[in-house]
This record gives sequence, C-alpha cells and structure tokens, in this order.
Amino acid sequence: MSPLDLLRRATVGAVRARARTALTVIAIVVGAFTLTITNGLGTGINRYISDTVDSLGASGVATVTRAVDDAPADGPTAWDPERLEAGPGFGPGGGMSEVEPITDDDLTTLAEVEGVTRVAPVVDLPVDYVRRGEGTAYELSFGSAVPGARLQLEAGSQPDDAVVAPQMVLPAEYLEPLGFAGAEDAVGAPVTLAVTDAAGTRHETGAVVTGISGTGLGPNTSASANEALTTELDGLARTGLPAGEEPRYAQATVWFDPSMSEQDLSALTERLADAGWTATTVEDLLGTFTTVIDGLVLVLNGFAVIALLAAGFGIVNTLLMSVQERTREIGLMKAMGLGSGRVFALFSTEAVVIGLMGSAIGTGLGVLAGTVLSDVLARGPLADLTGLTVIAFDPVALAAATLLVVGIAFVAGALPATRAARKDPIDALRHE
Amino acid sequence: MARPIITARALRRTYGRGASRFDALRGVDLDVDDGEALAIVGRSGSGKSTLMHLLALLDRPTAGRIDLDGHDTGALRGGALDRVRNRTFGFVFQQFFLSPGATVLENVVLPLEIAGLGARDRRRRGMEALERLELTDKARNRATDLSGGQKQRVAIARALVGSPRVIVADEPTGNLDSTTGAVVEDLLFGLNRERGITLLVVTHDAELAARCDRQVLLRDGLVAEAVAV
Repeated sequence: MSPLDLLRRATVGAVRARARTALTVIAIVVGAFTLTITNGLGTGINRYISDTVDSLGASGVATVTRAVDDAPADGPTAWDPERLEAGPGFGPGGGMSEVEPITDDDLTTLAEVEGVTRVAPVVDLPVDYVRRGEGTAYELSFGSAVPGARLQLEAGSQPDDAVVAPQMVLPAEYLEPLGFAGAEDAVGAPVTLAVTDAAGTRHETGAVVTGISGTGLGPNTSASANEALTTELDGLARTGLPAGEEPRYAQATVWFDPSMSEQDLSALTERLADAGWTATTVEDLLGTFTTVIDGLVLVLNGFAVIALLAAGFGIVNTLLMSVQERTREIGLMKAMGLGSGRVFALFSTEAVVIGLMGSAIGTGLGVLAGTVLSDVLARGPLADLTGLTVIAFDPVALAAATLLVVGIAFVAGALPATRAARKDPIDALRHE
Repeated sequence: MARPIITARALRRTYGRGASRFDALRGVDLDVDDGEALAIVGRSGSGKSTLMHLLALLDRPTAGRIDLDGHDTGALRGGALDRVRNRTFGFVFQQFFLSPGATVLENVVLPLEIAGLGARDRRRRGMEALERLELTDKARNRATDLSGGQKQRVAIARALVGSPRVIVADEPTGNLDSTTGAVVEDLLFGLNRERGITLLVVTHDAELAARCDRQVLLRDGLVAEAVAV
C-alpha cells in the first residue's frame, strides 16, 4: 500500500465513526486551544518586554560605573563627598547608588579593555523646562536612555543620531499642556528647552519633536534627545565652568560586538570588573522579568499539556474501539497480503490525522480568540501600555505546539495500532 | 496432465496445549494441480477450514510442509510472505466481507491497493474485472446497496482483479438462494475454465462439490477419500 493510499485510508477511517471522532477531536481542540492561548500569552508579554529592552538600550551596549572598591563586607558604607550619585536604575531594587566619578582619563583606559569597541560618557542633561513658543513652561527631565535605544512611540519616529539638527522625543503626557491637538500634531513641531549653566545663567535652545513616546514599562515619562541635542544641551550646561575643572560623569556607555556570545560577554564583564568597572547590560536589568514570565508560562503550558494528555487517552479509546469494529476488515487486508507494519502505520496515521484535526481547529480558534481578546484588552483595561499585545503568536511556537499535539496523538495511537497489527487474518475469515 | 501448484505433505495443525489440546489436522497429504477445480468437503470440525487456511498460507502448520510451485513456503517471512499471498491468492467468502462505506470499485481494487498499484492502473483493472462480472454500472454504488448475489459478484471481481493463480472460495454460495448461487457458481467455474485459475472450494454443498474436477473428503483431520469426478 503506497503512503498516499495509507493516508487516504487513515483519513477515511478517522471520519467514518463521525460522532466518536468528533468528540475526541473536541477534547484535543480544548487542549490545543489552551496551549495556544498560554503560549501566546508568553510570547506577547515577552515580546513586549523585549521591545521595552529595546527602548532602554540596544543590544551590544552596556552601562558601566566605577565599582566602589572599599565597600565593607557588611554594614553601611561611609559617606564620601567625592562620590557621585548614579541615576535611578530600572527594575527591582533600582535606586540611587553611590559610585566613583568617571573622568576623561578613565574613559581612555576603559576604551582599552579588550572587546570594547567604543566608549562614551552618559551625559546628565539638567534641563529646566520645556515650552512651546511663549506658552507656559513645564518641567522636563531627559532620560538616560542608552544610545541606540528604540522607544515605544505613539507617533513619529525615533530621534536620529546621524542628523546635526537637534531632535527629541516628547512624552505623551506633555501633549495637552503644550497645546498640541494630538500626537500627530506634535510631530515636527519646534519646542524650546532651557538649561542653567555652571555660573547660574539660563540658556534657551530649540529642538524639533520627532516622536511621541507612550507610557509603558520603561522610563517613558522622560524625554529623549538625539546626539546633536545632547551635545548642545551639555555644552550650554558647561558654559562658565571654571577652567581646569575636568568634566566628571557618573556613568559611561560601552559598545561591544552585538553578536557576541553569552560566554564572551561574561568574559568581557569579567575583564571590566578586573579593571574596576561594573557593567550592566539592558538584558541584565530585564532578565529577571523574562525569567519570571517564562516560569509562569511554563506552568500554564503544563496545564494545557495535562489537558492534551487527557485527550490522548480519548484517542486511545477511540482507536481501540475502531480496531475492535474493524477486526474483519483488518484481517481481510492482511489475508490479501497487507503487512503488519502497514497495518500499524495505518492506525498510527489515523491517530495523527485525528490529532492534526484537533490541533488545527484548536490552534485556529486559539489564534482567533487570542487576537480578539488582546485587541479588546489593548483598547480597554491595558490601553495605557503602548505597544502591548497581550497575546501574540509566533509561527515557530505554533508549529511546535502542533508538533507536540501530533506527537501525543502518535504515542496514543501506538497501543491500538499495535493491537491492529497483531490481528490474525484467520479471525476475520471464520464463520460466525 | 498438470503438475501440482500446491503440495501438502504430512500436515498437522494442533490448537491449544495440555488438556485443551485439539488436533485439527492429523497428517494430511494433498496435491492441488495447476488449473483444476478442487472441492474440500467434510462436516463441521472435520478440519476443512484449517486446511484451507494452511493451503492459502494464512496459517502455519504445526508439522509438515507446504510447497508452492515446488518451493517450500515454511521459510517465507514478513514482506516476502505478504507478496506471495497478494499475488497468488484471491478470496471469496460466504459473508462477502465487503467494506460497507466504500464504493463497489473501491472494494474491488483493494488487493491492487495493497500491492501498491497506482490509482489509474487500479481503476483500469478494477473496471475490467467488473466488466467480466457485468457490474460496470454498479461501480460507483455503495457496496451496502447491492443484493446478495451482486455482493458476491463484487467479491469475485475482487478475488479476480489481481490475476491470482488460485481463487479460494469458502462456502461461496452459502448465503445465496439457489438461483443466485447457480449464477455465482457458473462465474467461478467460468474463470476456472477460461483463465485456468485454480479453484479451491470449501463447501458443505454436495452439488457444488460435484461440479468440481475432484473432491477431497476430510474426516476428523484426515483425508477420508479423494474422489475424481
């Protein structure tokens, strides 16, 4: 019997006992549906976190601080007026922490660490306010987003470091106070920013709004500047700084090869630590979140798999009945020279066909329900989280889930198929 | 005149062990000549079904040997045995054993499907077989929608379609009235005469047995007498 005929016979066999097959398929649909939704939940939330990671900084970038090397093993550290406070970190336990100041000399030595391709200080932008034309001024802080970060935007585009014109991304909550009709209205509009220099003089400068950032998990309540605006604002802030006073920074950014393997990256972190630096990649900051979510999704998937296992027993039951009913047909085919291996393949394929029907319907319904549900959630309760698709679908994950269902079906079909393969042709030919 | 297609020597077949041990065949010698029509007759429990199963290679003897075309079949295993069964034998049963959901044509070409023939060849040869049995117009009908006589004609077409050397007919007219039974008999003996297909008939029916070239009477697992008609 050719494989094609085998498949056709298995399909015909599967749909012959219509009600029985339908009930088994429903059981698989329930399992496959649940698996699709829980998987989609994991994909959606992790994708959102990964996008947030992008908004905090590109890959291949780490933030470094000078490690405080005289920290006592336990107990509080003695205060040192020379130390700078590093900005609040993002994530659990994020807060002000004291670090050694970084000088230009330090940056030079940092650049010499093997594996570091580029170094830049993280410039603090002490902006006083933003205003539009002669309108009311509002306080605004610029986030220390790592260069190359991709922000979650409601409108417009990311600030472009390649252009010389000063550009910025404005948080959405400033739209109404500044008198914009909406996000689209603000894109391309000029705004005025003010900085107070070291001597106490206030300077105003202009920037063009290229994008509007929405609210989300990341530091999206602060504005972001492109390199041109950063340089401009930093320059203004340093005006009047006493000659000979070196600029000092709390943090610096180092670049490395983004395709670097995890092992190479930890080796690099090691080398930086040896040189007295603490390096933190964005992945480090959000790794904990992803781990927790992966764990939760794993548990949810576990429930779905339990449902599928129950459905697997349904397949065993259905096929055992089918084999029993078709004893005569099996015997006849064996008498006509159908090999036991083919008989096994015939019933295994029937199990796989039932599994495929169930998983196709279940996955289809899951994708449909998930899409509708996350759409409703995104409009309703979760509207504040820009860019969040609660339930997202990854073709690879869907294919893997289908493969799992088919695998379970195949295993479930093994017992009935073995029983069918062992049928004696003589049993079929006996007189009643 | 003809040399034997099947040679059975000292066939024994024992079922069960110990107290429940039952000797269905106790040493049967039999030659089936190529192209003859041979009837195996005997009462229920005489061992005629067991002998038929052994001769059609559906079962293995406990002792003794069966040669097919002069080759020992005891050594045949797995795929080789399946191929020999598929090419050598066609079956016709008292209860027809048609797949009820499938069409007449699908039922007929089952042996070809098992042999792995392509759909086009199956169809062509299936229609030829149906034509021989004057069932061409029923090709697309469900097997369940046919009368008993038509069903048995479909079964004969199925037995014929693979061009077997031997057609094994187990009480082929047992479920049919005498008129229809006579038609089925004519068809079987026609195939035997025209195509030289060896006919192995297992039956209670004395009239059917009498139409065969030769009868073998089994009694208590032994050949009681062989009658050439």
